[in-house]
Amino acid sequence: MSASVRPGWMEKPRPLTQAAKALALTAVVLLVCVPFLVIVSTSLASTQEVVDNGGWVLWPSEPTLDAYRDIFDGGIVTHALGVSAGVTIAGTLLSLACTVTLAYALSRPGVFGGKPVLLLVLFTFLFPPGMIPSFLLVKELGLLDSYASLVLPVLVNVFNLVVLRGFFQSIPEELYEAARLDGAGDWRVLVSVVLPLSKAALAVVGLFYAVAYWNSWFYASLYLESDHWPLQQVLRTYVVAGAGLTDATTGEATVTAPQTVQMAVLVIATVPILLVYPFLQKYFTKGVLTGAIKS
Amino acid sequence: MLPGVAYFLLFHYGALVGNVIAFKEYVPFDGLWGSPWVGTGNFRRMFEDEAFWDAVLNTLWIAVLQLVFYFPVPLGLALLLHTLTWSSVRRFVQSVAYLPHFISWVIVVALFQQVLGDTGLLNSGLSGAGLHTVDIIGDPDAFKPLVVAQVIWKDAGWGTIIFLAALAQVDEQQYEAAAIDGAGPWRRFWHVTLPAIRPVIVLLIIMRLGDILSVGFEQMLLQRDAVGPEAAEVIDTFVYHQGIVGGDYGFAAAAGLFKGLIGALLVYAANKVAHRLGEQGVYR
Repeated sequence: MSASVRPGWMEKPRPLTQAAKALALTAVVLLVCVPFLVIVSTSLASTQEVVDNGGWVLWPSEPTLDAYRDIFDGGIVTHALGVSAGVTIAGTLLSLACTVTLAYALSRPGVFGGKPVLLLVLFTFLFPPGMIPSFLLVKELGLLDSYASLVLPVLVNVFNLVVLRGFFQSIPEELYEAARLDGAGDWRVLVSVVLPLSKAALAVVGLFYAVAYWNSWFYASLYLESDHWPLQQVLRTYVVAGAGLTDATTGEATVTAPQTVQMAVLVIATVPILLVYPFLQKYFTKGVLTGAIKS
Repeated sequence: MLPGVAYFLLFHYGALVGNVIAFKEYVPFDGLWGSPWVGTGNFRRMFEDEAFWDAVLNTLWIAVLQLVFYFPVPLGLALLLHTLTWSSVRRFVQSVAYLPHFISWVIVVALFQQVLGDTGLLNSGLSGAGLHTVDIIGDPDAFKPLVVAQVIWKDAGWGTIIFLAALAQVDEQQYEAAAIDGAGPWRRFWHVTLPAIRPVIVLLIIMRLGDILSVGFEQMLLQRDAVGPEAAEVIDTFVYHQGIVGGDYGFAAAAGLFKGLIGALLVYAANKVAHRLGEQGVYR
């Protein structure tokens, strides 16, 4: 616990100001945390308790994993989880590979065609192509109902590219020169010098890609048949739009309170983000800002 | 480098070229290039379409509400966090506040349903206390404040990041000098803090203006059915419903192209204004 360090010139705030600040900060924390707590609690509560309580539970009296058991019995949620995980992992790796190579090329001075390509890329930021042409393009390329349609159209993100390029540019020129003198080619420099120094930026950009792939549902609803849907699209259909989930998951007409199962799906869709978040959180400021300030 | 360039050429410039569909009548069998030209017919139809103008109006309304009610929140939150001298508290609040940014819109909307919906947390509390229940999620009149509240919940914390970075770069000595000259907290805020982060504020306003016709496509689409198109149709969902759902590709592409052109124009104009005011802007 690091203690409070007040610079000598700064006066101690009045008690009223301090109380107001504390109140505001507590409100922020509660506003974020309480909804999550309700979701987790409801997913763990028994059917009876949820019904008695009018649809939600703040703290389950007898926690049970029934809802999760129903879901993982095999069915659309289990399948969708697999799809989401696969698309997220494959997509993130592909995106990172393409972004890193392009960002590296654009970060080095004197690369053939560097300037025009950079302008070409930045222009797309100003003028995105639009939904209909993108849809028709995917259709004409024959990518409909393939998992590639979730990855290829969003392969490189301009913001991520700019962040990485900025980071690569902030690496001291002497390191590049030293590597060159040792006879390293472009690939060698990238792999042995640049990448090890860019862990923070790679972690952040990788996280951005992973979160984007994990959270995406719209492209799935656009391009995929329902039996190939990822988790978020399943969630959209069965929780937000309120279609019956229990019957579809277990294949039998169970009378589990759909509420607990719905909340359990919500939890499952959120957990992976909560898991990677603490590890990467410390890199945010460092990774984002080197790029953002420059651009 | 090649795969990245290939991606941009195919999926951005290839798709940009695909905007010619806005001047055509798309016939699936003939494909993009075989379909017949209709000149500016799609645009003329669009300008005469009342539903289109309703969507434009909704978009602008939500954008203005966001600018007034959402935009100041991250700034205020950042200033509040900046005044904290207790760094562990500050880091904890920051971590919590960033988190919702990484939650998908599907989950955010589900969360709001859970808390504010018909049978949600709020209404259970109200009926438990013997009060009238309110249907916030399904009420078209409540839709616009609702979506702004959702944006604040999801992204206000994340929005502080850029302000905090700007604040961190302010020279401590300036504060010290001002304090020695007898400036109290408010004077220091007014004469040191605000000038220091002005470029960032201007930059973000410009970016917001350029993007003003995009007001959360996924967010609107997810909730459009609950309150109906009169309240929730924005330009993006209009394009989606006319084109993807309705199959009127040329017409929808025309609306999308219209939006893109206005957006690019606005960025250009806002940037010019920023230069006039002596700011850096987005680009030179």
